Amino acid sequence: MNTLRILTLLAWRNLWRNHRRTLIMLGAVVIGVWAMIFMTALTMGMVNDMIEDSISVLPGHVQVHHPDYLDDPNIANLLPMSDDAIEKKFAPAGFLAWATRIKVPAVISSERESRGVTLLGIEPGREEAMSFVDYDAVEGRFLEGPDDDGLVIGRKLAETLETELGKRVVLMSQDPDNEIADRGFRVVGLFTADVQAYEEQYVFAGKETVQKLLRVGDGVTAIVVLGEDYRNVEPLYEKVSALVDDGVTVSRWTELDTYLGTMLRVMDGFVLVWVIVIFLALSFGLVNTLVMAVFERVREIGLMLALGMKPSSILGQIVIESMMLLVIGLAIGNLLAWATIKPLESGIDVSVVAEGMAMMGAASVLYPQLRIEDVVLANTVVLIMGFLASLSPAWRASRFQPIEAITKVN
Amino acid sequence: MNLVLRLAWRNLWRQPRRTWLTTGAMVFSNVLLVFMISLQFGMYRLMIENSLQAFTGHMQVQARGYIDDQKMRQTIPDVASLAGKLREELDSDAVAARATAFALASSEDRSYGIAVFGIEPQFEPRVSSIPGLVRDGRYLESADAAEIVIGTVLARNLRVAVGDELTLIGSGRDGSFAAVVAEVVGIFDSGVAELDRTIAEMPLGLFQDVFYMDGSGHQVVVNAPGLGQVAELRRRVAGLLPEGQDLVVQDWDALLPGLKQAIQADISSAVFMYAVLVVLVAFSVLNTQLMSVLERTHEFGIVLALGLKPGRLGRLVMLETAMMGAIGLFLGALIGGAITAWLGMRGFTMPGMEEMGAKFNLPSRLHPNVTVASLLSGPTVVFVFSLLASVYPALRLRRLRPVEAMRAV
Repeated sequence: MNTLRILTLLAWRNLWRNHRRTLIMLGAVVIGVWAMIFMTALTMGMVNDMIEDSISVLPGHVQVHHPDYLDDPNIANLLPMSDDAIEKKFAPAGFLAWATRIKVPAVISSERESRGVTLLGIEPGREEAMSFVDYDAVEGRFLEGPDDDGLVIGRKLAETLETELGKRVVLMSQDPDNEIADRGFRVVGLFTADVQAYEEQYVFAGKETVQKLLRVGDGVTAIVVLGEDYRNVEPLYEKVSALVDDGVTVSRWTELDTYLGTMLRVMDGFVLVWVIVIFLALSFGLVNTLVMAVFERVREIGLMLALGMKPSSILGQIVIESMMLLVIGLAIGNLLAWATIKPLESGIDVSVVAEGMAMMGAASVLYPQLRIEDVVLANTVVLIMGFLASLSPAWRASRFQPIEAITKVN
Repeated sequence: MNLVLRLAWRNLWRQPRRTWLTTGAMVFSNVLLVFMISLQFGMYRLMIENSLQAFTGHMQVQARGYIDDQKMRQTIPDVASLAGKLREELDSDAVAARATAFALASSEDRSYGIAVFGIEPQFEPRVSSIPGLVRDGRYLESADAAEIVIGTVLARNLRVAVGDELTLIGSGRDGSFAAVVAEVVGIFDSGVAELDRTIAEMPLGLFQDVFYMDGSGHQVVVNAPGLGQVAELRRRVAGLLPEGQDLVVQDWDALLPGLKQAIQADISSAVFMYAVLVVLVAFSVLNTQLMSVLERTHEFGIVLALGLKPGRLGRLVMLETAMMGAIGLFLGALIGGAITAWLGMRGFTMPGMEEMGAKFNLPSRLHPNVTVASLLSGPTVVFVFSLLASVYPALRLRRLRPVEAMRAV
């Protein structure tokens, strides 16, 4: 125990014998660690935004459909369960939020223009918690119940259709027998969304109104269920699977939006690659510093060995020296990263490239996300790899022949 | 001069391990930079070319405001003759007129909302890759037959095959009811999911009849021989537009703003990463050169006492760095270029590439492309920053007092 204390003290003093060199190396470590964490926070923030936005469009973390619906989103592919049966099973299960809905392609026409849209027949009260629409921010009003006979459309869509609140539009779709089903709706609300494409794509109507329009009785196309955490969707998936019969497909959000599911995995991998690349760039400097530190002390190390210090203690001393350098660098780097990310957490405006971000599926404000597990990852990688990198110079130093080392002239 | 060169070279190898570690940092960063930059810019070019080739084209003549609202009424009067005039004046066939409308397409048992385009069968193949990608049946031939071609995904969703009939219902230019029954003569597979799912094409003549267009249309697509000639061609086209019709020429980055911005967003995050790498290398060089200057204090003191100017010593240190940098640049570009070229020949894939590719019109196997620019830009920046990093150690020499320096151990 005593040896360790002496070694630590020795390492500490040695570190500051050439303070200029130590400070430069420290600077490199600090910048490296800062970059690791800062970049990771930005990336994770972007991925998180993308996923939360997309989950709010799906919505929910787990959905139940007719087995053919995902390939062929047609009203003919209704869930083979009555609304009553679903209600009886899902209501007592205690989900964070869940709802049944109808989602079908449709054409919307004003007196001037027509557009292809996705018609959503919803129960507004139940979906509020998971929807991408902020009900209170809707111009006019949002739907008031499943039997509401108004229509809520996006602001951008209203612009293209040259329609406005209170005006009538016609929705056309098909019923299960492919008879054209159409009806006039009064526009009662205009919603805004973070991603403008959503404003053009989705229109909301009451679930019962849509059921009547499409002549499907009390049939629905999907059950959507929200869980606590999108990263941990498995328990929810199993809970939902247990509630439904065999004739339906239960899907996690990662299967519904494969692009996002993949992005989540790829970005988690990217963080590790990025941290390692930065460390490798650092490691050259680190090893270099240690090698220099060892070689200018050859005589001194020889003397220590001659006086009876164990080679393992020499090894330990060099490794401790390197670890001290890294730990100080990590501490300052982490602090700096925290200090730069905190003020940015209210959002970085990247609206200059808004449409590009939309193409990638992200909104135009970036919220960096400092996650404890990423910080731990970066620190662990630096410490473990730093330890490995310092082994070689340390090993070399501990192998010196005392006589040769003492007599060596610089 | 020869002497200084030799001196610098020898100094470099007094501590071979240190020199190699410092060069190693440069080589490592350079290899990464060469590979990443080659990959990135190859990807951007593919993204742009694939996205434009499929349908959008390099530029489009449109009515002013059409790009924002895409309303049925924002038309180009007598669109076919404008396209004909452009073809003649530009002496190029890569000009084609189009008109478009939204309609409900119904087959026997399915109905979907789609975008219908009226096109000129004779010229469309010169501005879009869709005619060449017809998988079943054939592309349109006649200028006004009741025929239609649709994408694979749409065909699957509508459950139709070549020979089946589709009913299109929509509204005409004046808002009146428009409907037509057309035979599916071809099914295309463009590889762009968005197009395969939402687009149908019919002859322009038929379209103008059905949607009461009265000879008008919405776009004239013009293609340049390459991306580099777009700006120049755009100026010529703009000069040829008829007076008093309020028409404008939109080039590809206005037509697909998302594309350019996605690239910009990607470049800015890449630049941040590269900058961090370069700065770390610069620190490594700074450390090495400062150490090498400090440990030679004694020696420098002697040569100063012998009458050497401090400025020359400074240049010596810079020269050492330049040599180290040159080795790093050469090896980095060589190794990086070799690895990239090898991967370029074999092609490689990354996890998630398939989904990303589908989103950005990229193949799932990537072939990075080594060019002079991608080979040298990164390493040159590393070289310059390494030199900058050694300015401080070189300047320190000016403060050296010969007598004190000679006493240093």
